[in-house]
Order: sequence, then C-alpha cells, then structure tokens
Amino acid sequence: MFKTLHTKKNIQLAIGFLVGILFGFLLQKGGVTKYDVIIGQLLLTDFTVMKVMLTAMTTGMLGVHLLRSLGIAQLHPKPGSFGSTVIGGLIFGVGFGILGYCPGTMAGASGQGSLDALFGGVVGMIIGAGLFSEFYPKLEKGILSRGNFGELTWPQLIKVTPWLIIIPMLIVITALLLWVEKSGL
Amino acid sequence: MEWLRLEQWSPYAVGIGIGLLSCVAFVLSDKPIGCSTAFSRTSGMIEHLFRGGIVAEKAYYKKFAPSIEWEWMLVVGIFIGGFLSAKLSGQFKEVWVPATWASSFGSTPLVRWAIALIGGIIIGIGSRWAGGCTSGHGISGTLQLAVSSWLAVLCFFIGGIVTAMLIFNVFAN
Repeated sequence: MFKTLHTKKNIQLAIGFLVGILFGFLLQKGGVTKYDVIIGQLLLTDFTVMKVMLTAMTTGMLGVHLLRSLGIAQLHPKPGSFGSTVIGGLIFGVGFGILGYCPGTMAGASGQGSLDALFGGVVGMIIGAGLFSEFYPKLEKGILSRGNFGELTWPQLIKVTPWLIIIPMLIVITALLLWVEKSGL
Repeated sequence: MEWLRLEQWSPYAVGIGIGLLSCVAFVLSDKPIGCSTAFSRTSGMIEHLFRGGIVAEKAYYKKFAPSIEWEWMLVVGIFIGGFLSAKLSGQFKEVWVPATWASSFGSTPLVRWAIALIGGIIIGIGSRWAGGCTSGHGISGTLQLAVSSWLAVLCFFIGGIVTAMLIFNVFAN
C-alpha cells in the first residue's frame, strides 16, 4: 500500500524527522527525559518510566499486529543471541544506571537543556559506539554469535497465533498497571 | 491548546501516543522506532572527517553506513521535540547537575560530567553490543514480540537497577 512511499529517500528523511519531533515531545511531556525520573525508576521509587513503556508497548502491540493483519505493516524483529543480547543488555544496563539517560531520552534531555545529557551522554555514546565498531570484527566472530537464535518472535517459538499472546498480555499488563495505581506507586 | 503548555501529561496518555507513533512509523516508513544506530553513524561520520574513505571499509560501517538516514533524522527530531515541549511549558533551563545527583554527590558540574561521560561510553558500547536500546528493543522490539528484545529489556533493567542501587546506596555519602 505504501511501498512507493518507502522508497522515496527525502520524504523518508522528513518523516523520520517529524516522527522524532513528536517522539521527543511526548518523552519530555511524560517526564522521562528527566534524570530524576529515570534514576527514580532504577531505584524503584518512581514508576513513570514503567508506565510509559508498558502503555506504549501494549498500544503498539495491538496496533502493529492489527495493521499487519490488514497487510499494511510488516514486522522487523531484531535478531538476537545470548552473547549479544544478554551480555550487551547487561553492559547497557550498567551505563544506564551510571548515566541516568538512555539513547533516546538523552537526545530529548539535551533539548530541554540538560547539559550532562548533551556533553556527557551524547558525546560518551558517540565515543562508545565508535569503540564498538573498532572491536566489532573480533567480537562478531566470538561472543556476539554465541547462542544465536536469530529473528525469533514469541509466536514463532511457541507456535501459536500472535493474538493468543497479545490478548492475555494485554490483560496482565492492564491488571499490573491498575495495581500500581491502586498502591500509589 | 493549553494542554501543550502543561508541564507533564499522564504517563498513560504519553504511552498511548508513543504506541500510535510506532504504528505510524511502521506504516509510513516500514521502520521500527530506534535510536542507537544514529550514534554509530555519527561516530563513523566523525571518523571519516579524520581518516577519510578508509572508514567505510570497516566491517561495522558496511552494516551501518556512516551517513544520514531515517533514524539519524529521528534522533535530531527528538532533540527538537524535547526542546519544544520544555520551552512551551517554561521548563527549558540549562542544568549541569540534576537534583537527585546533587543531593547525594554535590553540585560540582565537572564530577557529574565525568561520570555521565563514562556512563555514555558504556551505554554506547552496550547498545551496539545488544543491537538496540530502550527504544529499538524496549518499545519497538517488545511490541513485535521479538524474543531478543524481551531478553534485552530484562537485562537493561537488571543492569540498571543493580548499578543505580550500588551508586546511590553504597557509594553515596
């Protein structure tokens, strides 16, 4: 349906830019571009980040799978391996706890004037990504390919239709968020 | 339009907005929202300035060419969106040291900057190691029910919670 649109490079750059502006606006309005809010989540004293992420995930899950059933969206699950996903995820977590911003929120935080996000986060992240590209050839042959499971999704793994996972998940997450609100977190 | 000037919206309204925005990105651009490759590409572009065309030969940049593309524009957009939102609500302010940090570690900008830089470097390595960040894995990947993304988010938060707890409960004054 939108196949031709996907091939138009300049229009795509403009769409990416506009989606980014809306994304940054939403992140800032949600309070999740603030160090205090993110670190509060990691210290388990403020659950704003969890509320935003779980609501975004469930809304997107319903929407994208519905669009996929209608034939106007395709999934692009990221490939994974234990060596890459688990080890990389834990390294990311350590940086996340030290910095108090993640890659997207550090861009939004820089925009709201948080200079630690700009000169610490963004500059550090560019250096870190550069270091990774330097070591990539060695890592790729070794740890990154350990326990490779590819572009797997939960419905493929347990061989059911996605809706059999989405509907129960929607119920569980709604119940969890209602409980969180009720207990005043 | 008074709501655009509010300091904060309900996290659920924001979450629904981000979920819908993900759908828009899938339909109009056939792309999941993600941020971390933009930083790799920037790094490659900077390296290109100093070392020239040889940079494009690096294995990693053959996968992620050091040039401006969709995700890069997305990240620039996030910066501007964050600015607009903060400006509209009167929250825009240049801050070196966030309040929670200052209450435990003092308000010296240099200390906070050095620690943030270390955190940034580690997060840069980790996000490319894991193949995504809290957006690409955390929202776009989990909503596609990707196994890799669920596992990654779990590790992001385990690592993050343990590190933050150590910093604020063990090392703090």
